Amino acid sequence: MDFHTFLIQLLNGVQYGLLLFLVSSGLTLVFGIMGIINVAHGSFYMIGAYLAWSLTGQLGNFWIALPAGIALAVIIGLALELTLIRKLYERNHLYQVLLTYGLILVFEELRSILWGDDVRGINIPPLLDTSIALTETMTYPVYRLWISAVCVAVAGLMYWVIQHTRLGMMIRAGSANREMVQSLGINIQLLYRVVFAAGITLAALAGMIAAPVSTVFPGMGNQILIICFVVVVIGGMGSVKGALVASLLIGLVDTFGKVLHLEIGGLKLLPELSSMTVYLLMAAILLWRPEGIFGAKP
Amino acid sequence: MQNKIAARRKFLKGVSAGATVMGAGLAFPGVVLGQGAKLKVGLMLPYTGTFAQPGMAIENGFRLALAEGGGKLGGREIEFFKVDDESDPAKATDNTNRLVTRDKVDVVVGSVHSGVAAAMIRVTKEAGTLHIIPNAGLSQATGALCAPNIFRTSFSNWQSGYAMGVVMAGRKNVRSVATIAWRYAAGEEFVKGFKDGYLKGGGRIAKELWIPFPQVEFQALLTEIASLKPDATYAFFAGGGAAKFVKDYAQAGLLRTIPLVGPGFLTEGVLEAIGGAAAGLETTLHYADSLNTPRDQAFRLNYAKTFKLQPDVYAVAGYDTGLLLAAGMKAVNGDVGRKKELIAALERAGIDSPRGKWHLSKAHNPVQDIYLRKVVGLENKYQGIAVKQLDDDPAVMKACRM
Amino acid sequence: MTVSARAHAVVLALALLALLALPVFAEKFYVQFAAKIIIMAILAMSLDLLLGYTGLVSFGHAAFYGVAGYTLAMATPQYQAANFWTSFPLAIGVSALAALAIGFFVVRTQGIYFIMVTLAFAQMLFFLFYDTKIAGGNDGIYIDARPVAKLGEWQPFNLDNFAHVYFLALFFLVAVYLLLRMLLRSPFGRVIAGIRVNEQRMRSLGFPTFRYKLACFVIAGAIAGIAGYLSAVQFGVVNPEMLGWHLSAAVMMMVILGGMGTLTGPVIGAAVWMLLELGFQSLPAAAGIDLGKHWHLFMGGFIVLATLWLPQGLIGLVTGAFKGKAAALKDEA
Repeated sequence: MDFHTFLIQLLNGVQYGLLLFLVSSGLTLVFGIMGIINVAHGSFYMIGAYLAWSLTGQLGNFWIALPAGIALAVIIGLALELTLIRKLYERNHLYQVLLTYGLILVFEELRSILWGDDVRGINIPPLLDTSIALTETMTYPVYRLWISAVCVAVAGLMYWVIQHTRLGMMIRAGSANREMVQSLGINIQLLYRVVFAAGITLAALAGMIAAPVSTVFPGMGNQILIICFVVVVIGGMGSVKGALVASLLIGLVDTFGKVLHLEIGGLKLLPELSSMTVYLLMAAILLWRPEGIFGAKP
Repeated sequence: MQNKIAARRKFLKGVSAGATVMGAGLAFPGVVLGQGAKLKVGLMLPYTGTFAQPGMAIENGFRLALAEGGGKLGGREIEFFKVDDESDPAKATDNTNRLVTRDKVDVVVGSVHSGVAAAMIRVTKEAGTLHIIPNAGLSQATGALCAPNIFRTSFSNWQSGYAMGVVMAGRKNVRSVATIAWRYAAGEEFVKGFKDGYLKGGGRIAKELWIPFPQVEFQALLTEIASLKPDATYAFFAGGGAAKFVKDYAQAGLLRTIPLVGPGFLTEGVLEAIGGAAAGLETTLHYADSLNTPRDQAFRLNYAKTFKLQPDVYAVAGYDTGLLLAAGMKAVNGDVGRKKELIAALERAGIDSPRGKWHLSKAHNPVQDIYLRKVVGLENKYQGIAVKQLDDDPAVMKACRM
Repeated sequence: MTVSARAHAVVLALALLALLALPVFAEKFYVQFAAKIIIMAILAMSLDLLLGYTGLVSFGHAAFYGVAGYTLAMATPQYQAANFWTSFPLAIGVSALAALAIGFFVVRTQGIYFIMVTLAFAQMLFFLFYDTKIAGGNDGIYIDARPVAKLGEWQPFNLDNFAHVYFLALFFLVAVYLLLRMLLRSPFGRVIAGIRVNEQRMRSLGFPTFRYKLACFVIAGAIAGIAGYLSAVQFGVVNPEMLGWHLSAAVMMMVILGGMGTLTGPVIGAAVWMLLELGFQSLPAAAGIDLGKHWHLFMGGFIVLATLWLPQGLIGLVTGAFKGKAAALKDEA
């Protein structure tokens, strides 16, 4: 592959990785701070996409639908935490996995009842509907660049909130020692509620902004869920920094795994086994460092 | 608190007990529904998930054909048994077995997903139940897995690919083509069909690109296509994947310089989701919008009136399934027991379908015209006949030992 | 024997008698369905060995189930039948070997990481069968002819007969139950119980806990292989979903639902789970919505409620009723 194509593939990998980061950051945040594994996280990505489609259709404008969708996602997150999630704090991870697995089924069916099973599309908002020419045959849609920009902005925002605000301080303290924080008079319950709502809203936001390019279809949540887990496990459960590094790593491995050719001793490895590359990476990192790249040592 | 716990447990105990009793009870049909001379038809289609829309269209078409025939098959009333296959091959044998062994249906209609169909065939072949496939295009169904009781009213993947290959071979300015598809049986069959039809004309395949099924991250491979600079791209995807691919392809600017072609499934049912990007896209399929034959127009009118929807290729397949079944049943006066006669009647039936006239090949696959279509607005407009009365892949036909 | 232990034994004996008599008065479909439940029960018991008794939450257990099925499929020559007496041990052996290979790597990890690593390896195996040409790709492969159980001239059973398949499954259910019971009451079982409660302490007492855990992992994998082989025999089709994480999650649910850490719990859990599925799928339409079509909704709702309210599973309900005490909601560490 020539250098020019290599650069473009690099861009593809980074862009995919950044979107993965946006989705998985919520998952790692919820686990790191609340100790909850939410396997239904992918469902919120799907819910975000369907919300974007539905609201854009009803409100007529993608830019109005976006904040409306975010608001709805926050409300859903708060409600969910209030009713179900907080019963999981005392339980071990097995029960969290199973309960949230049940939620996946429930969400999928509710989606089917509310919005049907057809494939839907959203048009890219006219403001961003142009492309930049990269080569004589290929252009890069500006919208995708915008998605990446949003992901970077959100990453920056998260960093700022966690490192430089009071809320961030409480969050960091709460993840280190819950009882202590509570005895200091901070309402840990409210904190958890906010964190959970934030976590799933991040996934929903990813679904919303990606919808114009990813189209909206049943099962889109399942596809992204398992990759999210790989991201979180590689990066370290609870580490946002780790999620960023892992997402980019996976984005690049996945992208190049599809286009490189690798044959060892007559066995065709790439691109035939490209779907396994991500799991191989995960297994390798886990065997080297079980807690992930930036995870806290158990 | 203890009382609350006890109450909840009682509730769940009740629900479990009730549900299991219900499961055992509701699982005993037929006894309650009463016997009679009704013909039992089992529909195993995807009613949920990505293929839900094709599944519904097939059933609609099927019911329409039966209704037009007076609501009876061979003079007998019809009793429907429906199973949602969820496009899940893992559950397919259980689901088929439910229809064949528990509900004891006389004929099974299904399915859409090739993996599901393959598993279904395993069960119906062993049981000897009449099985009509209204969509799944896997070659094996009328190839290595063929059987006297297995029929197909839709297409084989190879047929559609071959037709487009022939079309491209006829265009002098298309000297190299890149192919891209999901790497699974169906994808491979479409691409093989295309190659069989195209390479005869002296062109070459620039590269065969594959993406694991059902992944939809195409950017890396689109970049590859751009660097290959072929004269055209042949792509097979379906459903959500097709919509995303066409949009991505357009947004990468490739549509301007490298024409995109594919089987009809690239654009069937997803034009609304794709939006304007698909304008001018050419595909080949055994059906098209605006065929404008009297037969097709009558069908489309009736379908739209009955279901308030526009029909598509899936609806036509369902409709033809009904026609085929009716023809067979008529010949044996509804007596499914006369297996040999029934099969012979089905084999020689000529179907006057909305898609045109077709009949069954030796391996029970439709021999039919494949049309070239172009996307105009929200329609796949008929452009002409790509290949007339096309049979199946010779290699596949040879593997059928009937 | 105590009163409750004797009652327990009587109930089990009665259940076994009922199961033995089933093919006499039940239709073909129900015998096949019962065989399916029994196969799932065997799989669930094997997972319970890890989950309930050793404390290893394996999210990739279905992989060993699927591997056995695929082994049979690949060992069956085209259009011919394999021999049961060779293919069965082969399939179990391959499952055990796979468990040994994977377990060697994953049993080093703990807690949440163990869950994730088992998932990762299972996914790798899944994609190996799903994406490559090794075994038919994602449509799965057929077993054209079911294995023949001939030893020279003697053929004790015919696997093309659904009732024989049922009895074979039942035989293995009882055999696995007795084997596990024996295992868990032996010194080996005591060590396992100790590891679950406090591994550190067991290690400080001098036990090589890694080896014990690995042994459990392999035994569980082999038993899962039995279930996988039987499943492949039943309908003659294997596909990659047999190795998928959805099946692993369903089996975990069966174990939890029935009651972790018991042997009859998973059996009951498997039965209730499969019957619930069938029941919810058979729901009629009401108020314009086809309830049966959306059975996932009820299944998911049930899972959520069961996880919240039945931490000890259905067995917990029964034993709670017998002993008349309310079980704690908090589970052991």
